[in-house]
Amino acid sequence: MSLADGTRPRHLPDRLSGRGARVLKSWELLLFGIAVLIFLANTQASQYFLDPWNLSDATFNFTEKAMIGFAMALLIISGEIDLSVAGIIALASTAMGWALQFGVGTPGLVAIGLAVGLLCGAFNGALVTRLGLPSIVVTIGTMSLFRGISYIVLGDQAFNGYPESFAWLGRGYVFWVISFELTLFAVFALIYGVVLHKTNFGRHIYTIGNNPTAARFSGIRVERVKMILFLLTGLMSGIAAICLTARLGSTRPSIAYAWELEVVTMVVLGGVSILGGSGSILGVVIAALVMGMVTFGLGLLNVPGIVMSIFIGALLIGVIAIPRLVAKLRRS
Amino acid sequence: MIRDFVTSREAILVAALIALILLVESRFSGFAAPGNLASVFNDTAILIILALGQTLVILTRCIDLSLASNLALTGMVTAMINAAMPGVPVVVLIALAIALGLLMGAFNGLLVWKLDIPPIVVTLGTLTIFRGLIFLVSGGEWVNSHEMGAAYKALPRFEILSLPVLSWIAIAVIAGFAVLVNRSALGRAFYAVGGNPHAAVYTGIDVGKTRFAAFTIAGGLAGLCGYLWVSRYAVAYVDVAGGFELDVVAACVIGGISIAGGLGTVTGAVLGALFLGTIKNALPVAGISPFWQLAISGAAIIVAVAFNARSNRKQGRIILKSAEHAT
Repeated sequence: MSLADGTRPRHLPDRLSGRGARVLKSWELLLFGIAVLIFLANTQASQYFLDPWNLSDATFNFTEKAMIGFAMALLIISGEIDLSVAGIIALASTAMGWALQFGVGTPGLVAIGLAVGLLCGAFNGALVTRLGLPSIVVTIGTMSLFRGISYIVLGDQAFNGYPESFAWLGRGYVFWVISFELTLFAVFALIYGVVLHKTNFGRHIYTIGNNPTAARFSGIRVERVKMILFLLTGLMSGIAAICLTARLGSTRPSIAYAWELEVVTMVVLGGVSILGGSGSILGVVIAALVMGMVTFGLGLLNVPGIVMSIFIGALLIGVIAIPRLVAKLRRS
Repeated sequence: MIRDFVTSREAILVAALIALILLVESRFSGFAAPGNLASVFNDTAILIILALGQTLVILTRCIDLSLASNLALTGMVTAMINAAMPGVPVVVLIALAIALGLLMGAFNGLLVWKLDIPPIVVTLGTLTIFRGLIFLVSGGEWVNSHEMGAAYKALPRFEILSLPVLSWIAIAVIAGFAVLVNRSALGRAFYAVGGNPHAAVYTGIDVGKTRFAAFTIAGGLAGLCGYLWVSRYAVAYVDVAGGFELDVVAACVIGGISIAGGLGTVTGAVLGALFLGTIKNALPVAGISPFWQLAISGAAIIVAVAFNARSNRKQGRIILKSAEHAT
């Protein structure tokens, strides 16, 4: 039996299943299994896949999106969403390119990228927490606004000529095949994992996502936490803008077009409930690997990008639909 | 009754729309001429039809982000059939477009209804799937104007009483929606489901089925728009109407359709679409670069949603007061 809005009456067992059983039944393990299968399929499909440099190249497919994905995961767990992340990338990249025309150096460019990201996040956060507006509509609006400003500044032009030291942020290698971006991805995965799963702040995010009213009555400053999460999402979008701009070496207003959908897809694929209240950073990390490998493997097989998007879309619906379908069939 | 109208969101929207038109008219005379306004309406017709479909979906507390992809896929299919088999009558193609759209809408609706998957996830997925299918169907090729039949391209432009058929179709859809939403059990069910899903169940309304109906109708309209779009612009390619799904949501939001469901009117959605359409048409007239358009629609959405949230709060108080007076 299910209630009107799809929630079911809670079944309350006497005790939780053991740790081992929980891991076996976890979303992350299922996803990891899929990742392994895709990895094996890729090695069979193309002899070039296992080359370390090829694998290293493959990581660029997901590192920037995943960095935003970590902050987005926290935001979605808290019951909000930010669809303006790609717009923030466009605006931050445009601001950096504009500053470049005045001879600003690499540290200045990085500072501008971070500052624009934070400002955009603050704008979203203020509209959602101060005015109490629904985040999905606000960020659909700011998505157009941020990218729109890029279009006003750039039109059909582009900013080029980023210095070599700046380009390293997107193309450089720290050690052998380990790129700077991959290192950044790993560091942020660790930081966000610890923040979400091991701190009070992390528990607050879950509480807010499950029941904002109860969270408020428990003394959690709901608005403040949400504001911080919007700031974090803006900041991570700024960082992604720096990496992407450095990697591409140019800024166009169409930069990172439609990335918001890929980031949300990655987060949801990673097992974060779009309704808020549950999810893990480990899931997002594995989802990032899955998406990166799918796009890269298909790329080696010369499948065009738009056809890959069918796989990503089908993956998104499939991984959520199939467990529900199986559960439904088992019940009837 | 009159006072209710004057303070309603629709009245404010009408005033804003008239102010906008007069503002443009004051700088560039001729904009407010009936002939030009008719062409603005014709330009906005597709946005109006899609916004009405989206309105039903949003009323039931869902959202459909796949409408533009649905439009592009059906448009491509009808264009390819027309190019390959010029003998197929246009009416059959339109019926096919609507059927295909209905099918895609029903697919979204089924996933939401039977598997309880959040609509934003479902339609985010189908948005990319439908768009990708266009590439698979067409192989990335364009269908250009010279490959399409004369009848295929002429229908939306054919004038009846000096108004193109495209405008008449939009008027027919608006009229149909006014009856469906205000005068039918299904129409009221959309409001009930969005207003309070639990209460809707107790009044005997099947929430899932109602949502399924909303998605299916919206999909069918997107299919119809697929034919209209491709025949009007006389070209079909993979990126047709890219990003248009957000314009549609923007039109609804500006028109006062609450994203939380259960609140909004047909008039509001039409006015919201017209507001966006007027801005789009006014920009080139005013000599403003079309690159401004995206930022302006973004700002319009933010202002509209902030404004709506304010008036919704006020409305709540008014309802309580009049209820007190009644007892």
